[in-house]
Amino acid sequence: MAKPQGIKRNVLPGFGLTMGYTLLYLSLIVLVPLAALFVKSAGMSGEQFWKAVSNPRVVASYRLTFGASLIAALVNVVFGFVVAWTLVRYRFPGRKLVDALVDLPFALPTAVSGIALTTVYSKHGWIGRYLEPLGIKVAFAPLGITIALVFIGLPFVVRTLEPALSDLERDGEEAAASLGASRWQTFWRVIVPTVLPALLTGFALSFARAIGEYGSVVFIAGNMPMKTEITSLLIVEKLGQHDVAGATAIALVMLLASFVLLLVINGIQHYAGRRYQGAV
Amino acid sequence: MSIEVEHISKSFGHFKALDDVSLRINDGELVALLGPSGSGKTTLLRIIAGLEAPDQHPHASIRFHSEDVSSRGVGERRVGFVFQHYALFRHMTVFENVAFGLRVRPRRDRPAKEEIRDRVERLLSLVQLQQFSKRYPSQLSGGQRQRVALARALAVEPKVLLLDEPFGALDAKVRQGLRAWLRRLHEEIHITSVLVTHDQEEALEVADRVVVMNNAKIEQEGAPHEVFHQAKTEFVMKFLGQVNVFHGRVRQGKAEIGGLAVDYPSYKDEAARPATVYMRPHEFDIRRKSNGKPSFPARVVRTNSAGAFARVTLQRESGETVIVDLSLEEFNQLALAEGELVHLYPKNARVFIPEVAV
Repeated sequence: MAKPQGIKRNVLPGFGLTMGYTLLYLSLIVLVPLAALFVKSAGMSGEQFWKAVSNPRVVASYRLTFGASLIAALVNVVFGFVVAWTLVRYRFPGRKLVDALVDLPFALPTAVSGIALTTVYSKHGWIGRYLEPLGIKVAFAPLGITIALVFIGLPFVVRTLEPALSDLERDGEEAAASLGASRWQTFWRVIVPTVLPALLTGFALSFARAIGEYGSVVFIAGNMPMKTEITSLLIVEKLGQHDVAGATAIALVMLLASFVLLLVINGIQHYAGRRYQGAV
Repeated sequence: MSIEVEHISKSFGHFKALDDVSLRINDGELVALLGPSGSGKTTLLRIIAGLEAPDQHPHASIRFHSEDVSSRGVGERRVGFVFQHYALFRHMTVFENVAFGLRVRPRRDRPAKEEIRDRVERLLSLVQLQQFSKRYPSQLSGGQRQRVALARALAVEPKVLLLDEPFGALDAKVRQGLRAWLRRLHEEIHITSVLVTHDQEEALEVADRVVVMNNAKIEQEGAPHEVFHQAKTEFVMKFLGQVNVFHGRVRQGKAEIGGLAVDYPSYKDEAARPATVYMRPHEFDIRRKSNGKPSFPARVVRTNSAGAFARVTLQRESGETVIVDLSLEEFNQLALAEGELVHLYPKNARVFIPEVAV
């Protein structure tokens, strides 16, 4: 007698359909374009490739892009934490408004944010005019790029931290206090480690977004070669000069670097999260 | 260390959680604060711990061993607090959880590494979890987690141990085991302890003294047998154990319910007043035939002998349900049939006259 198949049946259509769809979708949207990137740059010889990606101007742009993105993500982790904490822990008039403001960088076209930031931070802008006499140059300087990247990365940190912070039971803090821990110790030894996985995710998302950012940065950067030129801009420029191979070569380097970085962050996150999977 | 609580009130908005409560807990005693949810018992515990501040009042004070601690924060009161949901640090191992209170001390008070290790190991063996020191809380059962929480609280050598419904989140079997274990532990270390619970069985079994709370006030305090057998208020009578309630009246030193009269010498007036009479299920005799004395006639509705005693549910002619507990021997001798008419003879009764507004 034939054994009945699929003893455990799900209510919704099963694994076959959803997995097939997932693979097809990811292939069309993500894998095929990436493969095209490899194929395009594969047309170059090794020497050409190396020349394209190791040009001093290009290397300077890597340094700027990754450096500014890293700083911006770190800034976002600190201040995003404060914002998320405030939104989760306190009820105050206008909270909904603040909550909506956090999402604004998501919704705004990046070019618009770039122009707005440039207006505010340029020599005669609302804030720039007070910074200029102090010798702090924001617009058309790496600092301005960092500020733009902080702006676009903030919601990633806040939105990933919020659920983790609202899951945080207050009695954990009370327990720490009753054991004699100071507020500082409670924060560093109890709260931060507990939300660390979410904090790392927020950091990774903010960092990844910053590396690929184009629109908001090009306005405030000033795009001076060797100084304030980000890698995305170089790629666009190369494309403008019909140097498709050169553009894809640089893009490939960016892709690999981002991939490795995200992999490392994921690894750390896995390590941090593995210890206490499952609610307590 | 003794605890003296005096004139403590606490309001949350319009809700009064504690209304001028005073209580003394003696050195080395294990006291249970017992009451329904919202009775203020947890608030009182949290105020003792310093996790909550009482309302301002000129005579309000919290003293530990006659020393006023009202102005001290929770970290400075040297209390061990055990939470209902354990509140373990989930990113730390069992060992690290227990060591936490020692490691956060300022450097000059902090024990050496080896001493911390020894102390944590001693505590873990006290709560019988030595072999789990490297596990994370998520890898333990609820009962084990609560024992870790207890060891963690004891690590800082508190003067007072405060337990907020410590077994409330556990299932009945585990709860029973931990209850007996907690009692043994208390006998071993004799630390002044306050246990909050809404489970009367737990309070009566574990505590030296039970404080029954209701509506932001203390209803009665005393040894478990005292509050159980000599309930001072209707609330305590109803809250502790099962009880049958009858409505009757008092007059000339007697309480009358139907044809039955119970002595009530403290009310000698001619004028009758309504009264409520309480009888515990085990305080009845059941007979088939009347012996001439006044009794309740009632019909057997249901019997259940699955347990240490037999429970008989009966219905009076007036429709009231009466529950009677018999020993299994008695029950088997009587061999009651459902639907049978029998006579109930109360052996004991408690009469309460409702407060009348003057």
